[in-house]
Amino acid sequence: MIDASLQLARQGFTLAVDLQLPGRGISALFGPSGCGKTTLLRAIAGLERAAGRVALGTEVWQDDAQRQWLPTHQRPLGYVIQEAALFPHLSVAANLAYGQRRSGRATRGAGHEGGADAPSASGAFSLDAVIDLLGIAPLLPRQPSTLSGGERQRVAIARALATAPRLLLMDEPLAALDAQRKAEILPYLERLHAELALPIVYVTHAMDEVARLADHLVLLHEGRVLAAGPLAELMARPDLPLARQDDAGVVLHARVAEHDRGYGLSRVVFAGGALWVGETAAAPGQQVRARVLARDVSVTRQRPQQTSVLNVLAVQLESLTTDRGTMLLRLRVADGGEPGTACPAGTGTATATDTDTGPVRLLARITRRSCDTLALQPGDALFAQIKGVALM
Amino acid sequence: MTPADWIAIRLTAELATVTTLLLLLVGTPLAWALARSRSPLKPLWSALVAMPIVLPPSVLGFYLLLLMGPQGPVGQFTQWLGLGRLPFSFAGLVVGSVLYSMPFVVQPLQQAFEAIPERTLEAAATLRAGPWDRFFTVALPLARPGLLTASVLGFAHTVGEFGVVLMIGGNIPGATRVLSVAIYDHVEAAEFADAHRLSATLVVFALVVLVALYVVNRPRRAAPGAAP
Repeated sequence: MIDASLQLARQGFTLAVDLQLPGRGISALFGPSGCGKTTLLRAIAGLERAAGRVALGTEVWQDDAQRQWLPTHQRPLGYVIQEAALFPHLSVAANLAYGQRRSGRATRGAGHEGGADAPSASGAFSLDAVIDLLGIAPLLPRQPSTLSGGERQRVAIARALATAPRLLLMDEPLAALDAQRKAEILPYLERLHAELALPIVYVTHAMDEVARLADHLVLLHEGRVLAAGPLAELMARPDLPLARQDDAGVVLHARVAEHDRGYGLSRVVFAGGALWVGETAAAPGQQVRARVLARDVSVTRQRPQQTSVLNVLAVQLESLTTDRGTMLLRLRVADGGEPGTACPAGTGTATATDTDTGPVRLLARITRRSCDTLALQPGDALFAQIKGVALM
Repeated sequence: MTPADWIAIRLTAELATVTTLLLLLVGTPLAWALARSRSPLKPLWSALVAMPIVLPPSVLGFYLLLLMGPQGPVGQFTQWLGLGRLPFSFAGLVVGSVLYSMPFVVQPLQQAFEAIPERTLEAAATLRAGPWDRFFTVALPLARPGLLTASVLGFAHTVGEFGVVLMIGGNIPGATRVLSVAIYDHVEAAEFADAHRLSATLVVFALVVLVALYVVNRPRRAAPGAAP
């Protein structure tokens, strides 16, 4: 658990947050520029002096009430910024060694010969594993000035991990990269997430990064926390600014069930049922995230017959919100909303729940005219037709 | 060259070397402090360091003479310490030269330190490096071109010093009679050939040193294929 209760006043800007972030997974700090997400991250790292308290688990990094303050270099954290900030006078290998040596880790794993390296006592992962994870072994003898932007960023991440941090702070690590480089790094971040038991606080203003990486989401606005909670829960809330964006939609945690190569489709199952998606490279059994945009969901009162839409889920209408002339519907997926096997809605059966993220919900954006024609009321049993699902 | 000229050359080299070493020792922390300072007094400190550039050397020399003389506070202090008086001694020349050449060492160093992005030093902090560690393993290596420029300019400027020497050092062979003073003496005595020899030596010295400096410090082109 990460505790950050911080206040900072600057000219024209106040930061006042009281946050508890989970001690595992990726927590995204999301918001428009100027909302204070970078300042908050810097204050957690001790690079910025804010008033309050910062603690990682039982370890207190700052507590003004106790007059306690650990300078940045005594906090067991890793920090990665947009510009990478590699040391230009050192080779890639020496950049990696810089933090590793100072964190008191054994240097025996410093080579990259592979071989049998015993699990390090000070961290759950060895430098070899980190070099492997980020695919930077061929870069070790190079100078930072000869690296591409994407390579630099991977080295910066490895350099931070080489200190065996207990918390990784990332400040828009992909913002300086073009779409292609971004696509090159994202899989590495996903591996990081999947393979290391290391909590990450990730600052970004890019929704696609949030949807793809985050487990926990903190929405910041003008130095304050607008909302914080599990990603799926927050993305399905029509009252938050996320829902007012064009690419508003939910993220479903799913698992690949089977491929239908004949039709070029894959079936993924989630707590609320199953969905057909365009064929994915992920193997059956693998965890995936499915993003369903509100504008791709429509609703019917009767189970649609003879429709071209592959994915139809039984849902219950929870709420209706007006948004810029359209209606935003919040739908709760009924248990077993799987196409073909849906139980008759409205019978009061339990709704689908994801053990990690609570009830499974969808957002649907429809016109006000449709809403009036269907005379929609909260509590109505409906069928959601999902026109598009993007796997991430 | 006459034996007296050789003594002057040797003395000048000694003075410039000692001065440069002292200046690096004093000037580096001063330049670092100025580069990192956010104090409202920073312009005042910068101006004080830069004073010798605009002040006539004779003014600097005059006040040093008063300060270090038998009635001056510095003079009384050195006498109390049993060191005697500084004017008209090698030690006095070193003090004068350090002050006189200070801006030529501090300014290149300060610029080099200021060119280091804050984020690079912060990165070192997040990699467990404490303040001293950051200074010696990141700031100093990155300021190397500035360090070289500072040493060369400090040395060369001390070699070329005249006014301050004349005011506080006089013309004692082997103790304070440096090259520039020796040249002045030759000219006064109408020994133009001797003056030429020493002057030409200094011209060549200045040219060689500056060319070497510009060659070493020229901006390196990035390796092929490097990203901007």
